[in-house]
Amino acid sequence: MELSGQIGVWIAAFLTIGISSFLYRDNPIYKFCEALFVGISAGYWFVSLYFQNLLPMLFDNLGITRLLGLSQTNGALQNVLSGQWDERIWYVFAGVLGIMMLLRLFPKIGWISRWPLAVVVGSTSGLYMITYFQSNFLSQLQNTIIPLVNLGRISALAQGSGTLDEYFAAYLGNIVVIAGTLSGLIYFYFSKEHKGVFGGTARVGIYFLMITFGASFGYTVMSRMSLLIGRLYYLFGDWLGLVR
Amino acid sequence: MQKIFEKLLSLDRRYIFLVIFLAVAVPIFLKLKIDIRVTDEVNAFYKAIAELSSGTRVLVACDYDPGSEPELQPMTEAGFRYFITNKIRFIIIGLWPQGPMQANKALVAINEARDEYIVVNDEKLYFGTDLVVVGSDTARYGIDFVNLGFQAGNELVIQRMGSSVRAAFQTDLRFGKPIEDFDIMRGLNKLSDFDFIYNISAGYPGTVEWVQFAVDRFHVPCGSGSTAVQAPQVYPYLDTGQLSGLMGGMKGAAELEKLVGFKDKATMSMVSQTAAHIFVVLFIVIGNLAYFATRGRVAKKG
Amino acid sequence: MSNMFSDWFSIIAACAIWLGALNLMKISLNKAYKKERDWFYAIVTIISFLVIVIAGFFFSGGRRFQEPGTNFDWLYINIYSPLSATMFALLAFYVASASYRAFRARNAQATVLLVAAFLVMLGRTPFSDWLSGLLFMPEGWQISNISNIIMNVFNVAGQRAIMIGIALGLISTALRVILGIERTYLGGD
Repeated sequence: MELSGQIGVWIAAFLTIGISSFLYRDNPIYKFCEALFVGISAGYWFVSLYFQNLLPMLFDNLGITRLLGLSQTNGALQNVLSGQWDERIWYVFAGVLGIMMLLRLFPKIGWISRWPLAVVVGSTSGLYMITYFQSNFLSQLQNTIIPLVNLGRISALAQGSGTLDEYFAAYLGNIVVIAGTLSGLIYFYFSKEHKGVFGGTARVGIYFLMITFGASFGYTVMSRMSLLIGRLYYLFGDWLGLVR
Repeated sequence: MQKIFEKLLSLDRRYIFLVIFLAVAVPIFLKLKIDIRVTDEVNAFYKAIAELSSGTRVLVACDYDPGSEPELQPMTEAGFRYFITNKIRFIIIGLWPQGPMQANKALVAINEARDEYIVVNDEKLYFGTDLVVVGSDTARYGIDFVNLGFQAGNELVIQRMGSSVRAAFQTDLRFGKPIEDFDIMRGLNKLSDFDFIYNISAGYPGTVEWVQFAVDRFHVPCGSGSTAVQAPQVYPYLDTGQLSGLMGGMKGAAELEKLVGFKDKATMSMVSQTAAHIFVVLFIVIGNLAYFATRGRVAKKG
Repeated sequence: MSNMFSDWFSIIAACAIWLGALNLMKISLNKAYKKERDWFYAIVTIISFLVIVIAGFFFSGGRRFQEPGTNFDWLYINIYSPLSATMFALLAFYVASASYRAFRARNAQATVLLVAAFLVMLGRTPFSDWLSGLLFMPEGWQISNISNIIMNVFNVAGQRAIMIGIALGLISTALRVILGIERTYLGGD
């Protein structure tokens, strides 16, 4: 056993145990760690976004950092004031919209934040409409309009022995994908009553979706357990030195 | 028998927590060797990067945070190991603020040099940050790899990179120098100048955005390492060929480690992972057995 | 021009996150001032926020604040990172507990879901090879191969249906927003 000599590791280990104590029951140590986490996370994003977003994009471009002596490069303000047009001056509108967003902190004038909010919602609507149409609709639809059997894979299998999943993919894979996609889409169509052939197809769609959700659940379990394994390796390895 | 099942149904959940803890913790100390079976999707990813020749430039998009480190960090490390030993140059960026820092952490982890630094032409070069040694190969910051840091804007960053990398990333993370000053960035003006994108993703923004913008718009091939939660959702992109390969969760990371030839954290963790899965399956079976065994008695009582 | 507009978007998005952080401070300050329930923890939140902000802005080398060895990096590695990772790690216990107490094969659909989950959970681990051997399943026709079929065929079909459905819904909502029919995102009035 080789205990870590770094104070940071000890702090991290105690914070890990503090959060984990919630598994036994809610307690002041857990509440302390939780409050610490909330404050640190908010502060982390606050600092990160300033240095990596606002400073280079807004303050540098406008020349505010040059004005305050924090930068040597001229910004839009310096160029425009010296008689030279600089299109970066338009960033002043982004700054104004940003400040308008922050005014939401004050209830009486919080309504002003609707303007930058409208800019964000409008631009994301326009952006997502095209990208989702191309990537999540057209491409997916294109790969559902496929032959019922995969002749390429069948001929590849004919040359040698294959595994169960290879045979399935060759002979039944395409049919299952087409049937599953169509029946799943029919299930999601709630504008028509699920009766008769339509209803029967929707019920088949439910079974395909159940298999999908089962697979997602299996992977979710894998993911959560991985996170626990990582934490235990940290405690037993980096902190207590019991494993390498 | 009925009483046993009734007791099982009303079991305090803390006993379940204890069993899971032991199931995961005990194998850590046993150091059992385990053989990993490589799936087609990870093979496809490996094939895609194996086709890259020496000197080509890969964009490594680290879109994850410490919360996903156990699953994704081994993938990042295995990927970096492969790139350095095969002299493939890589440019690190992140759409998550913590991503580029996780990448730095990965480089420090894979570095095999024991010294802290070396002096070259009166310049101190630190191992793990300026120089990364893997086996007999060394990668140098600015020439073989560079970290451009995080940029806010999510998918708009990708769109901006499509026309100009410089419009999205002006300076590097380590020195704050203009990106044009680095040898590795020469000739890299837009996204389509990259030969491959290796995206390591924990959610939004991540693989979906890289597929929608980088692959579908700018036609750059992309391989993904995803958390196990996200992986099932991106399988359709693999099926359509929008993704060149996919590694899902810690299992995917272990498979990549096997292919790269350096079994590390993910492989070591698979025994604990296996034990955890077995116990979850057992819990579901026992829970259902107890439920159905006592349901008849409850129905009779009612 | 489109680059500039996307920069505007990034700046507004950054301010929105700043708004969230500042709002958190406003609520915490209010809670501490009025000495509401658990007000001590509100002070912890405020202090931890101030510590990392001050360290990041003034004691971490400015624009090189994230470099290994800075105070900000120390706080990230030793406080933020373990707290974040442990919060997510707790989910492992909850998923096991939920599996035991709530996951019931009450009908055919739930049973199909459970069987698929079993096959994927076991098939993605080396244990499936041992179990397949026990059940005399030949090489290439084992539980891991069944798991591959579930992921590469059935899962693709279901996820594709969900994906197309979401895409159609998103396109119609986006059109409604652009045409001004949808205004609920503005709130009130």
